Amino acid sequence: MSIGHTLLGLLESGPRHGYDLKRAFDEKFGHDRPLHYGQVYSTMSRLLKNGLVEIDGIEAGDGPERKRYAITEAGVTDVRRWLATPEKPEPYLQSTLYTKVVLALLTRRDASELLDTQRSEHLRMMRMLTERKRKGDLADQLICDHALFHLEADLRWLELTAARLDRLAEAVTAR
Amino acid sequence: MSVRREGPGAPEGSRSWGWSRDLAMGVRFAFTGGREGWIRTLLTAVGVGLGVALLLLTTALPNVLSARHEREQARRDYTYDYTPKPPADDTLVIADLDSTYHGDDVRGRLVQPDGPRAPVPPGLRTFPAVGDMVVSPALKKLLESDDGALLRERLPYRITGTIGESGLIGSHELAYYAGVDGLAAKIDPPNVARISAFGEPHPFAEEAADPVLLLLVLVVFAVLLMPVAVFVATAVRFGGERRDRRLAALRLIGSDSRMVRRIAAGEALAGALLGLVLGTLFFLAGRQIAGTAEVFRVSVFPSYLNPSPALAVLVAVAVPMAAVLVTLFALRGVVIEPLGVVRTARPARRRLWWRLLLPAGGLALLYPMLGQGRENGDFNQYMVTCGVLLLLVGVTALLPWVVEAVVARLHSGGVAWQLAVRRLQLSSGSAARMVNGIAVAVAGAIALQMLFTGVDADYTKATGQDVTRAQMEVSVPDGVPMARVTRELGATKGVRKVVALSEGNLGERRMSADLNAQVTVGDCAALREVATLPSCREGDVFALRGSDYDDNMQKLTGFRTLFLDPADGEEDTESTPVAWTVPRGLKQAQTRLDMTGVKRGGFLVTPAALPAKGAATVHGHVFLGLDPSVPDAQEYVRNTAARIDPLADPMTWSATVESGRFASIRTGLFVGAACVLALIGVSLLVSQLEQLRERRKLLSALVAFGTRRRTLSMSVLWQTAIPIALGLGLAAVVGLTLGTVLLKMTGTSVSVDWVSVLSMTGVGAGVVLLVTLLSLPPLVRLMRPDGLRTE
Amino acid sequence: MTSPTPPPGSLLTASELRKTYGPTTALDGAAFSIHPGEVVAVMGPSGSGKSTLLHCLAGIVTPDSGSITYDGREMATMNDSQRSALRRSEFGFVFQFGQLVPELSCVENVALPLRLNGTGRKEAERTALSWMERLEVDDLKGKRPGEVSGGQGQRVAVARSLVTSPRVLFADEPTGALDSLNGERVMELLTDAARSTNAAVVLVTHEARVAAYSDREVVVRDGRSRDMERVV
Repeated sequence: MSIGHTLLGLLESGPRHGYDLKRAFDEKFGHDRPLHYGQVYSTMSRLLKNGLVEIDGIEAGDGPERKRYAITEAGVTDVRRWLATPEKPEPYLQSTLYTKVVLALLTRRDASELLDTQRSEHLRMMRMLTERKRKGDLADQLICDHALFHLEADLRWLELTAARLDRLAEAVTAR
Repeated sequence: MSVRREGPGAPEGSRSWGWSRDLAMGVRFAFTGGREGWIRTLLTAVGVGLGVALLLLTTALPNVLSARHEREQARRDYTYDYTPKPPADDTLVIADLDSTYHGDDVRGRLVQPDGPRAPVPPGLRTFPAVGDMVVSPALKKLLESDDGALLRERLPYRITGTIGESGLIGSHELAYYAGVDGLAAKIDPPNVARISAFGEPHPFAEEAADPVLLLLVLVVFAVLLMPVAVFVATAVRFGGERRDRRLAALRLIGSDSRMVRRIAAGEALAGALLGLVLGTLFFLAGRQIAGTAEVFRVSVFPSYLNPSPALAVLVAVAVPMAAVLVTLFALRGVVIEPLGVVRTARPARRRLWWRLLLPAGGLALLYPMLGQGRENGDFNQYMVTCGVLLLLVGVTALLPWVVEAVVARLHSGGVAWQLAVRRLQLSSGSAARMVNGIAVAVAGAIALQMLFTGVDADYTKATGQDVTRAQMEVSVPDGVPMARVTRELGATKGVRKVVALSEGNLGERRMSADLNAQVTVGDCAALREVATLPSCREGDVFALRGSDYDDNMQKLTGFRTLFLDPADGEEDTESTPVAWTVPRGLKQAQTRLDMTGVKRGGFLVTPAALPAKGAATVHGHVFLGLDPSVPDAQEYVRNTAARIDPLADPMTWSATVESGRFASIRTGLFVGAACVLALIGVSLLVSQLEQLRERRKLLSALVAFGTRRRTLSMSVLWQTAIPIALGLGLAAVVGLTLGTVLLKMTGTSVSVDWVSVLSMTGVGAGVVLLVTLLSLPPLVRLMRPDGLRTE
Repeated sequence: MTSPTPPPGSLLTASELRKTYGPTTALDGAAFSIHPGEVVAVMGPSGSGKSTLLHCLAGIVTPDSGSITYDGREMATMNDSQRSALRRSEFGFVFQFGQLVPELSCVENVALPLRLNGTGRKEAERTALSWMERLEVDDLKGKRPGEVSGGQGQRVAVARSLVTSPRVLFADEPTGALDSLNGERVMELLTDAARSTNAAVVLVTHEARVAAYSDREVVVRDGRSRDMERVV
């Protein structure tokens, strides 16, 4: 995720102090990982340098949180361009899980045991997310759903692989 | 599949082409719809087939009657010719020896040809030799079985052949021709006579139709045919819900709603056509079975059951057409959408007025004929038939309305009741359809029963015989001594009481007497059966008082000599008058109702008081009281009588006798009603099972959460019982109305025979109960948890 | 596999269950155990024997061999009517579809289990309506099942399964016919309601997102069960 673009976007609604920016970011997007002040400071300096933001005013004192930032015309254009550019879909072609399964088969270990354990782990995570989703607001729900759908996709893959273990074993050992 | 648009601009030619193409497609679907499609088509076909078979049978019935009538006429030995006929080489002496065995009639003839050219009876090639007999196949079988042991005793002849079909009127008829000698001496028309040909000398086509009998026949046919029509209409709807789903799929791939309707009609047509084939097969099979079966003592030969060609063609055309029309009619309230079939959630409330028009129209047609009676000429056959049919169709039109109206007002009780009532509220139409057939049959049957009971008095004659005093009567042939008859019958197993009375006639002159009186000869015990005697000794003679002939008796007792069996005139050579001197000690006796239901008059004479030659002038009758605990008492008596003299004529007494014609209509009604009820039972069972199969998943779920099987079974019972109760109620009302109208038409006083109303509705209810019982095992099977497993 | 003696505190326990339908083996030594208030997901590919396990546990189907104990009672010793009575009073059921009686209104459907237990109509429908309120379908009371959406119908079914306050709720693919939003809502309402009455839930599903509403899962494969909590 591009922190620079996110902070720029947050500035579009009006000028803010660096501290406000961090709080707004954490509230909306930083569920798992809140921003450090340092991150905000370094990002804003970079944006200043590139002319995407400008200083709107400085309050007495020191530190980035004392500065009020405002977005520039170039900044608005940049945000618009970022939003219009589609994200590259993650192909997930390099999978640790797949590697583990094949290795287990090659070394004649119990691959289904591995798959079951992994499924259990996935489900544990899904339970957690589900629980959080039930207690959280709409933003929480959407974020958790995103994760849940990914985990579900993994689980489906686990099921499918489990069902095809025999054929996979034949294929990898024959090679 | 190609999609054809049928816009307003479509040319006329393509429209009819579209019809036939869609119908053809429907026909193809009926046979290619997989296993389910086949089963559905087969069910429809079996249903229609049964209906067609019954229709063909009905159209063949008139032929049966006339075939039997012709055969009967062809083998007639006319013995009512009282002028003596001299023996010639083309004459034959024949004696009628009809008897009864275990309730079945046995047609017996003794034959003695006078010469080589004597007429051979139909079905025989030659005459049986003396001591031999030719029997019908059924009699042969009976005599060879253990059941026939007693009859075997009565027929001491050697079986040398069987009577061919042309000599019999039914496959189960018991008949024989036995060869005897010395029969010529016993000629005594109509029992023994000399004839020169078989066959009715004055053939008559049919008994001139009595208008009331004709009315009965018409109504019987209308009553039998209506339920068959209802049944055929139900049969083409078998499996309707699955069919609807298939039609929806057709809509999805682009058929318009008119096309799917025609395709549906085509499917029904296929079922109906297959049904025609099956029906013909059923009919042919039924014809063979009919040849081996005997219903209500009527048996026929398969060759009798030939439907008249015109009626058969009518059936062949009308049934498939009706199938198509019914299908289109049934789809009227259904919108087939591409994604499923929508029945308008709450169908328009059924309207009453046009439903009332039908029975009202029926009554209006019958009304002008009220009070016409037997004397005022014929009924208009068409008006009668149409009127009766409209009244009965009225039942099928009114029933859905009644069911809907009543069911909507039912309040919920227990769970089973609630489930049933709610289901009926949602689909009262199909419930009403289910019981329509039974309702029509019961309504018709009640009306007929009423008509029968009403005109019973006219066609059933009271015999006057007092069956509490005697149960059998044996008429003793001339020349057989009464003493022997009395002795032998008295010694017969199962006989408790023997009353032997001989009767004759006497007058005041040897020839052409003015005053006549009856003479009754018997011992004192026997005479006490006919009069109250002050005292009685052998040799006594009594003059009877208290009868209608008291005036005559007054005059006759004035004569010293009276003549037994006085001659009728110069030409009367049969009579052999015997002079009888009236004894001095003539006693008076009060007559009483005898066991034949008569208060007799004349003289009572003890045998000793009769002149020696007098015995020949009186004719003997022996009245027998039987022991009811001896089951074959009647057969023992008949055997004894046959041993004494084959011509002795034993009769079983009954309180009433029915006119033969009337009895056969009644028989026809019973046979038909039995077939119709069986047919309707089958269709009820099929639709019941179909309904249950469609709810299989739900039933399993209900059982899963702990519903008692009893609750579900009860709900199935209620679900049938409620519409049946309503249907039978309506049937009773319409039946009584129709019965009343019919009775008024015949000019008979109206009285409701509640026993028959109850028994008819009872029979209808019984069929339903039976069907419910039969559908319970499949229900229990469907309630197994297997239904929960995802398909 | 569990030992024949039920774990302490367990409400419903099964061990060594075997069941064959003709030539197919549905269960081949499956085991199961659930505590009061616990939600256990039974997972596995289709045809693995999940539903058969549920049917055995609920006393709908009798296993060929093996033991099922409910509340200290061995199910094999009960006859059919005793098991039916158990299902009526102690268990609740939700299926994928086709479980609502189409002729009855929604509230009558929900009241049905109470009425089967002999409760009067008025009282049963009052209780039914309060459960329909909890599942947010009380506005559908007069409608017939054919007139409501799939999600609404399923909520009515959940209300019906809970109306007798069962101690065990059996749910066989309860969201199978629903989209994910409706499915989640049904699962939330179902588990919330079950937790509030401390009912145990046996949840048969092949969807991980549905199974995520459970406390633990049991995987059935080829008729054999695997209790994942005990494995890890």
